[in-house]
Amino acid sequence: MTIYSVIFYILALVILASTGLAITRRNLVHAVVYLVFSFFGSAMLFYLFGAPLLAVLEVIIYAGAIMILFLFIIMMVKMDSIHERQYPLNQLLPAALMGVLYLVLGALLVSTDPNSKVTLAVAMALPQEFAKYLFERHWLSIEIVSLLLLIALVGALHLGRRKEKEGSAKIP
Amino acid sequence: MIVPFSHVLFFAGILFLMGMFCAVARRNLIMIVLGVEIMLNAAAIIFVAAALRWQHLEGQVFVLFILAVAATEVSVGLALIVYGYRRTGSFDPGTYNLLK
Repeated sequence: MTIYSVIFYILALVILASTGLAITRRNLVHAVVYLVFSFFGSAMLFYLFGAPLLAVLEVIIYAGAIMILFLFIIMMVKMDSIHERQYPLNQLLPAALMGVLYLVLGALLVSTDPNSKVTLAVAMALPQEFAKYLFERHWLSIEIVSLLLLIALVGALHLGRRKEKEGSAKIP
Repeated sequence: MIVPFSHVLFFAGILFLMGMFCAVARRNLIMIVLGVEIMLNAAAIIFVAAALRWQHLEGQVFVLFILAVAATEVSVGLALIVYGYRRTGSFDPGTYNLLK
């Protein structure tokens, strides 16, 4: 057991614990802060797996931009407490059955695949090599993604616009 | 030597299941979008691990596109949620039952 595997198991535990706390919180601000911890752990995992540029992007985009957007929305509107669903037995039983079935099938699939036995070697993709590969082979996809982001910007602006004269629109 | 590839697959699978639980069982629209984010993050972890497993940069390139699509989805999704909140005054998808 090398130091890298110890780091991996610690990171995995931290990520699973913080995500598990996040998805069960009633208070949305607590959930978002726990999820920020989870994404910081994912960024360190990316670094461990040899992707330093992606680790930085994960911190900037996921933990920085996306989670702060969630916080803005949560703090912008007043949140009335929603009564969470109680799980009736006739829905819980099939859900648990399907979940266990999926878990068993996935475990079988992973454990019988010879590819998954291979131990990961330590390697690092420098940002220069990564960017060279990206812009040599996938320049068209980069353009398409940039167009997608522009369309998302226009769409979000259009949806967020306040309609001045509309009787049915309730403005808080 | 880090860990066997199967351990990463198990870990990311459990993370994906957590996100799926959050998206299916919670009753708040913001928590549903958070669950989708968790699922995308689990997929990104598998892609980076697979890039290391096969020593090929294609997986890391795909994670970059996952990041861009996640940012897009969150911005448009949150704008839609705010729009729905203005119309109905609630984040509960059960109250979105108007057809006008």
